[in-house]
Amino acid sequence: MIPLSWYLIFAAALFCIGLFGVLSRKNAIAILMGIELMLNSVNVNLLAFWRYLNPNFVAGQVFTVIVFAVAASEVAVGLALIISIYRRRSTIVAEEINLLKY
Amino acid sequence: MTTESIIWLIPLPPVLAFFLIVLFTNRNKGLSHSIAVGAAFLSWLGSMVVFWRAIHTPELGEHPFTSAINWLPMGNSWFTIGIQIDPLSAATLFFVAWTILMIFIYSVGYHNYGQPAGDHDRPGLPPHGATIVDEQGHKHKVPSIEPMYSRFFAFIGLFAFGMYLLVLSDNMLTLFVGWEIMGLCSYLLIGFWYAKPSARAAMIKAFMTTRVGDVFMLLGIAYLYSQTGTLNYRNIFYNEEILRELASTPSYIAGLSAAGLIGLLLFIGAVGKSAQFPLHVWLPDAMEGPTPVSAMIHAATMVSAGVYMVIRIFPLLTAGAGHGVMTSTMLIISIIGAGTALFAATIAVAQNDIKRVLAYSTISQLGYMMAAVGIGAYVAAAFHLITHAFFKALLFLGSGSVIHGMEHGVLHTGEEIDPQNMLNMGGLRKKMPITFWTFLIGGFALSGFPLITAGFWSKDEILSEAFGNAHWVVFVTLALAALLTAFYTMRQITLTFLGKPRTKSAEHAQETPWTMTMPLVILAVFAVAAGWVGIPEHFPVIGGIIPNWFHSFVGSTLLEEPEAVSFNAIPLLTSLVVALGGLWLGWMVYKKFKAGETDPLENWLGSIYPVLKNKYYVDELYDVVFIKPAIWFSEVFTYLWMDRKVIDGILHAIAFVAYQLGSIFRNYFDKPIVNGSGDLVANVTKSTGRSLRVMQTGRVQQYMVMALFGFITISGLMFYLIQRLILR
Repeated sequence: MIPLSWYLIFAAALFCIGLFGVLSRKNAIAILMGIELMLNSVNVNLLAFWRYLNPNFVAGQVFTVIVFAVAASEVAVGLALIISIYRRRSTIVAEEINLLKY
Repeated sequence: MTTESIIWLIPLPPVLAFFLIVLFTNRNKGLSHSIAVGAAFLSWLGSMVVFWRAIHTPELGEHPFTSAINWLPMGNSWFTIGIQIDPLSAATLFFVAWTILMIFIYSVGYHNYGQPAGDHDRPGLPPHGATIVDEQGHKHKVPSIEPMYSRFFAFIGLFAFGMYLLVLSDNMLTLFVGWEIMGLCSYLLIGFWYAKPSARAAMIKAFMTTRVGDVFMLLGIAYLYSQTGTLNYRNIFYNEEILRELASTPSYIAGLSAAGLIGLLLFIGAVGKSAQFPLHVWLPDAMEGPTPVSAMIHAATMVSAGVYMVIRIFPLLTAGAGHGVMTSTMLIISIIGAGTALFAATIAVAQNDIKRVLAYSTISQLGYMMAAVGIGAYVAAAFHLITHAFFKALLFLGSGSVIHGMEHGVLHTGEEIDPQNMLNMGGLRKKMPITFWTFLIGGFALSGFPLITAGFWSKDEILSEAFGNAHWVVFVTLALAALLTAFYTMRQITLTFLGKPRTKSAEHAQETPWTMTMPLVILAVFAVAAGWVGIPEHFPVIGGIIPNWFHSFVGSTLLEEPEAVSFNAIPLLTSLVVALGGLWLGWMVYKKFKAGETDPLENWLGSIYPVLKNKYYVDELYDVVFIKPAIWFSEVFTYLWMDRKVIDGILHAIAFVAYQLGSIFRNYFDKPIVNGSGDLVANVTKSTGRSLRVMQTGRVQQYMVMALFGFITISGLMFYLIQRLILR
């Protein structure tokens, strides 16, 4: 059986990739995608811990499902906003969406 | 109401009137004078009720009306404010109330109430007259109303309060308070027309001169208090034990007893107030004030207050001496009194200003009273005080009326003459009949016209007392003074009223309004009738028809009632001769006086005349002896040396040192340390802020990078610490 630490290393790598994406990309959709990656790395963690530590309890799976639901609705709202911004300002570069800044 | 409560209320209306006028009604002239005259009337009414009850109280001398309240705590005892009506103060109250009321009424007319406002009148100057246009279109100059009308009534209201307070007081302290209030009012009213430099000089002169006397008087009061522990009249002057003790205590000054020294000090106060030589100089100059003021303050009431006070302390003066023996204080008083009487009378002879003659006459008559007190003629002094107040008030008001009439003439004709100079008058008899007759009565009373006038009886009594007690010097001096008095009075009457008008203004003079003549008539009645109460019982023919009520009434104020001197023909003949002789001389010399002539006296007296005219050069002497050195001292020593050099020098040195010290502190402490540390804090904050500003990019992703590094650093640190410290 694959040891637990592999899953955790994988999840951490995934989280770092996601974090890198959030911090470094200019494209708002790419930033959103980075966030998704980070959320999913958490899901991997949750499932891994559930399976290896407490397989009798259903709580880990439920948590994961809730995170999926939240992530889906967040993406739905986020993309809707981005499309709306794109229609008005013809850009989705995060730095240029600065109407509320100063 | 009990008599005591009425007495308490008497002084109040005038002082209320003062405050009412000053605070509220001073813009309304009619209301102001109504309040003042109304207040004077109330006080008069109260005084008359009190006087009426006083003369109907048997043994008033032993049981006077008294009442007192505590005022200032003084160790074990109190200074009190109290009232007392004994026969002396009742008699004084009588004439004070009458003269004050009359003069209040007179002032309404004197200040031209009801006349139009003047063309160029300014507050602080006498009214110059107004131009009115009558129905035919002719222009007339008429007298104009006084610009500071209300102010005048406020001041005389305050004055009346002071006088009533003085008369009604039962102790030396409240007497002194009233005394000083009157001094203030005298100052204010002499300088009523303050825009005139002469009035300003006169007001200061009057205040300073009386101040000299007042300082001594205060010393006397303090000495009296330290010796007896009380200032109440009755406790001192009606108390044989205290009087004997005072008389037997030596004072260590000039061999006087304590009683003698106190008497002398208080007398010096009266010398200042009653304008006796050598402090008489202020009174003639005080004629700068309006005439009602001259009549009330400088003839009838305030200057009488000095004599009243000396009469009041009479038991103190005689203390320790047998009957008919003069103490050294009394000797001084009689010498100064008699000397002043003659001295002032000689000056009055050579004066041409109608009011100045009367001013010197007042000094002279007050000298008479002082001399009377000095020779121990207690009742005679009080008697002359009262009759003199009436006829001198009458004469002053009469002279005011004359001046008023003359001013009318001056305005009418436009002449440029002095309306107060008697040489410019003449023949006013027909123009101003009421003024003439009343002035004549007053003048005759002053000269002591035999039998009918009040002045005769009071003056005769003083002379016969002087004669009867064998004070020859005083007798002769007073008789000479009486001769001169009759002479200058007749000179005045002749120059003013008789003969023919010497100027156009005198031709056009006019009788004054009823507010001025009515007081004249009433005072004229008293100038005659006031003498009837004191006709000696042994006088030939008419003596005893009217009992000598005054003598027994006022005499009962003393512990030991003075005896009336027995009748002697010599003083009577003397006063007849001097009075009639003086009047005859005055008439003979001046009846043919014409306009433009020099005064006949000037030819006869030769080189003495300028001396009299210039008042024996006393003013000049004082100028050289006191005023010039004082001014020199204040200018050269005090100002130039002491003030400018010494005090200013010290101040400048202090300022220099302080300035230097300040700049040292500034340069070496304030700037580098205080400012430096303040700036340092600010600069550090600023540069820190400047260097940290770089991080504030406004980009969320960068913040997050920073947060990530921060998080990693902190978690690394914590991990390390937990490893090292806890999990070891």
